[in-house]
Amino acid sequence: MSAITRPGLAPTSMVPVPVPVPVPAPAPAPMAPAPATVAGPVTQVRVVRAEWTKLLALRSTRWCGLTAVVLIVGLGAAIAGSGTAYHVSAGNTAAKGVSASLLGLLFAQLVIGVVGVLAFSGEYGTGMIRATLAVVPSRLPVLWAKVIALVGLVLPVTMLCAFADFFVATALVSTRGGSVLSLTDPGVLRTVVGSSLYLTVVVVIGLALGALLRKTAAGLSVFAAVFFVIPIVVGALPQNITGFAPYLPSNAGGALWGSPLGTAHALSPWAGFAVLCGYAVVLTAAAAWRLRRRDA
Amino acid sequence: MIEIDGLTKRYGDKTAVDGLSFVVEPGVVTGFLGPNGAGKSTTMRMIAGLDRPDSGTVRVNGKHYPQAPAPMAELGILLDARSVHPGLSARSNLLALARTAGIGRRRVDEVIELAGLAEVAGTRAGGFSLGMGQRLGVAAALLGQPQTVVLDEPVNGLDPDGVRWIRLLLKSLAAEGRTVLVSSHLMSEMAQTATQLVVLGRGKLITEASVQDFTAHAAGTGVLIRTPEPVRLGQLLAAPGITVINDGTDLLRVTGTTAAQIGAAAWRAHLPIYELTPTHASLEEAFMQDTQDSIEYHAGATR
Repeated sequence: MSAITRPGLAPTSMVPVPVPVPVPAPAPAPMAPAPATVAGPVTQVRVVRAEWTKLLALRSTRWCGLTAVVLIVGLGAAIAGSGTAYHVSAGNTAAKGVSASLLGLLFAQLVIGVVGVLAFSGEYGTGMIRATLAVVPSRLPVLWAKVIALVGLVLPVTMLCAFADFFVATALVSTRGGSVLSLTDPGVLRTVVGSSLYLTVVVVIGLALGALLRKTAAGLSVFAAVFFVIPIVVGALPQNITGFAPYLPSNAGGALWGSPLGTAHALSPWAGFAVLCGYAVVLTAAAAWRLRRRDA
Repeated sequence: MIEIDGLTKRYGDKTAVDGLSFVVEPGVVTGFLGPNGAGKSTTMRMIAGLDRPDSGTVRVNGKHYPQAPAPMAELGILLDARSVHPGLSARSNLLALARTAGIGRRRVDEVIELAGLAEVAGTRAGGFSLGMGQRLGVAAALLGQPQTVVLDEPVNGLDPDGVRWIRLLLKSLAAEGRTVLVSSHLMSEMAQTATQLVVLGRGKLITEASVQDFTAHAAGTGVLIRTPEPVRLGQLLAAPGITVINDGTDLLRVTGTTAAQIGAAAWRAHLPIYELTPTHASLEEAFMQDTQDSIEYHAGATR
């Protein structure tokens, strides 16, 4: 038996070294403390940011936005720049002239409707809705956030389009020898601003349809039928059986911006717009009820 | 912790989950087993509040999940069906979820790195393979560093490297004190990862046990003996509670006693033994035995 000494170490003394008494480990708590997390509470503002992120990152949004701009401004310029230049007279008010240059709205509303429908049906179709609702299990903030994000996108974009359309169209009309149309002429400002308000409510209706029907094809079909097919069919029917025509969403809302598809007995502009908003509110309420009640 | 009590869910006249009760404890990985159609995914959807139970309750970390103020801190879930938007990049998908809880880009990049998606983070998720989709789903579940993690078939479609990643990930999550519930139909995978098991069949609880107990109680656990004297040794070992099976060869299969006792008895009787092997039922065998009566869809004969 030989002791091993390492170089540089003092020989081991035989004096007993006091061994540190082990401190008894605290008994484990019945519930371990919650592990670290980075996640904060869900707030409406945060959910709006989340929806905004999705909306802007989707290619469909960008394509639809671009198409709507081209349809409104491009078609308006084409109308104002061709045919006989518009002249204000007894039956042809300045507002009517501006409405005519906004004809592209009839097609742009379909594209805007697509954006609205897709905002919900796209999530159901891809399955993303499960991820979305799993992180916002109270669900309704998602619907409100989508409404806010869509309105926040569509209102400024269509407002810019409407004014661009107005300035381009009026410039073309006046350079071609037509009347000089001004924003201060009666009804003109209401027509321009109203066209944007109309499209903004339309996107909300599209969203509600997407949430209610959950399928993109179903949502788009119903939307196109209500805003495009039915008004044209009804317009071709005898007036004695189409007393409801002014209350169709597109006709009611069309009263605000003087839709060329408008009916003979159109509602007053703001009453019509109120009816359109009524549709949006009822459909959104139904969508909220369904989102809340049904399995995702 | 997940507490499930008397949970029932019907779809039309089909009962997917039938009076299910069990508890998933934090700090361990709990495997969720059952044949197809047993109700695993439905149960997981109810845990996340996506499906509303017809009766019964689910509590996540002691709370009713849909009313949790900070849901992403409580629960992270990967569902079996894809739940990402194919038109959005991996990063946008994660960022959209992160925003709801005020989680910043840094954490999003962190989970992208963790899930091995750094190179494809900017690519649209629609082009992802099944395995990459799974990685993205797992990244989403981990985003909020939730106290409870629920993963439905996470290794589905993953390459061996990914399977290993999931295995280590689940263990480290449990080691951090989180609650981990993971379903899989790959029993061998469960055996390596889980310590606790919840076994379902036809929407009902079959067993709630540790992996060890589950396999120990299954038939197939015993001792295999090779001897030139199978008949004499068989007679020697026969006793109440001990079964000896001899198929006429030199092999004996004995259950109800240990290899040590058999070896000692054989030595005392001077009976030669060439081989003495304790055998364990695999988790797979135990699972098949336990769920045989409850398999919803038996494979038909191939034509």
